[in-house]
Amino acid sequence: MRSDGSPSAPLGLKIAAAGGLLFLHLPIFLIFIYAFTTEERSFVWPPPGLTTQWFAVTWNRPDVWQALSLSVRVAAISTLVALVLGTLCAAAVSRTRFFGRETISLLVILPIALPGIITGIALRSAFSLAEIPFSFWTIVLGHATFCVVVVYNNAVARFRRTSGSMIEASMDLGADGFQTFRHVVLPNIATALLAGGMLAFALSFDEVIVTTFTAGQQQTLPIWMLEELIRPRQRPVTNVVAMVVVLLTLLPILVAYYLTRDGDQIAGSGK
Amino acid sequence: MTLASLDSNPAPAVLPGTGGMLGALSDLFWRKPKLLLLLMLLPPVLWLGIVYVGSLFALLLQSFFSIDEFSGLINRQFTLKTYGDLLQAANLDIILRTVTMAALVTFASAIIAFPIAYYAARYARGRWKALFYLGVMLPLWSSYLVKIYAWKLILAKEGILTWLLAKLHLLWLLDGWLSLPVVGGNSLSVSSTGTFIVFVYVWLPFMILPVQAALERVPGNLVEASSDLGASPGQTFRNVLFPLALPGIVAGSIFTFSLTLGDYIIPQIIGTSRLFIGQAVYSQQGTAGNIPLAAAFTVVPIVIMGFYLWGAKRMGAFDAL
Repeated sequence: MRSDGSPSAPLGLKIAAAGGLLFLHLPIFLIFIYAFTTEERSFVWPPPGLTTQWFAVTWNRPDVWQALSLSVRVAAISTLVALVLGTLCAAAVSRTRFFGRETISLLVILPIALPGIITGIALRSAFSLAEIPFSFWTIVLGHATFCVVVVYNNAVARFRRTSGSMIEASMDLGADGFQTFRHVVLPNIATALLAGGMLAFALSFDEVIVTTFTAGQQQTLPIWMLEELIRPRQRPVTNVVAMVVVLLTLLPILVAYYLTRDGDQIAGSGK
Repeated sequence: MTLASLDSNPAPAVLPGTGGMLGALSDLFWRKPKLLLLLMLLPPVLWLGIVYVGSLFALLLQSFFSIDEFSGLINRQFTLKTYGDLLQAANLDIILRTVTMAALVTFASAIIAFPIAYYAARYARGRWKALFYLGVMLPLWSSYLVKIYAWKLILAKEGILTWLLAKLHLLWLLDGWLSLPVVGGNSLSVSSTGTFIVFVYVWLPFMILPVQAALERVPGNLVEASSDLGASPGQTFRNVLFPLALPGIVAGSIFTFSLTLGDYIIPQIIGTSRLFIGQAVYSQQGTAGNIPLAAAFTVVPIVIMGFYLWGAKRMGAFDAL
């Protein structure tokens, strides 16, 4: 019927698609307004007045800073572990065929395909069986496990696009394996690794379900927020923290998108 | 890392050594690519195998233990008693409620996701396409708790939704709905309706992406041919588009279904006191200290998802992931 290049969509479809996107975005924007409300006790709408005082109050809350610092440290170490494990796995899987290759892909995806509560309680019961006390490292253990898949997905996609002839040329010109890796392979996969690392960081920074099982008494930022949602102490502070968290997670996602936009997609379809 | 060497059969070693320790190591990997492969795979497989699969087995093992009702201690003897406890009416009720919710959430997500995915796949080009993609990715990746919190603000009694309905003179509709059994409650933020809305909101992007991927593979001329042959848009949708998009919908439903089965935070924050599987697991292992029953509870979503994945694979949904 239509073969003239760019057909336009029926009006009903346009409205439904736009409505769906609005449904996805409006609730998040609402947080930004609530961060400025003068109302302390309830969620009353519209806000009776606007103020910036809650930013100062939040700034002076040591518990928020502690939670933020723990979250950043956990996310940094987990990302580092995930980068090493994910890249090794991707390099092995993308370049060769070997027995058990499918099993390894499944193994990497499983921690994210099964509901978080299963990963959480499995780790917790394993810690209790092995009598490992909760610490910074038990949180990292859980986070790194499900962050591997993000790095792996990004790295695998890039390895597939990197042509083998470049590596062969490097070897023909006399470079050894390590030189080839440093000067040819690494520059090629660097942006994919950076994107994967950013996403892994965002994933760890936001994770709450697995963390509730592996954290003991320590509070990451999401655990702090969960506490506030169940037993609110000072609602306006929660509003401000929520807004800052949105802005902080947005940044790595946008960077990851720009790093991988030509060619391979951002590997996120399995959060 | 001699990646290239893994592709080709190693030539007989006629080349001179490259010298130095690293050079010698590099030569060794060249001659024995399997060794390099093993060394590359060892760290990730050991980590995932010990930390993750090991824990899963430890969990499974504990579901066959039982708890002594009088002492509250765990009896480490193999028994199926805990699985018997799972079949008590109260526990079956929890399982049934969770599965029903997961099915409803999946169905609603598919309906809302389809127009977005269809528009993005067929009509959006260039800048718009990127905008649509980011428009789905940003909510997908933004903080899970913040999203739930935003809905607490919206659904609360004094929140934006009540205000909006009051402006539209539709409060009677809300009050009527809230007075209904099962779906109603004191306010939307403590009702099953609220739980349902938030579940749909939080998992929706997981449905959009695979459906869009499936629709992008439908050639445009197929739709044109259908209308050339005289089919109405409705007929084209039923007989051409929908069957071809179905693997994508099934792929998306794996996420929406599985995530709803396991979640315990949404029904805890926005919902009634009637428990979901995740909450039962959490309270059994925490306050009740009954790890065997908690473990047996987690086996339920694993088994359900096992069957689900098996069925999805038969429908070709894995190609759409």
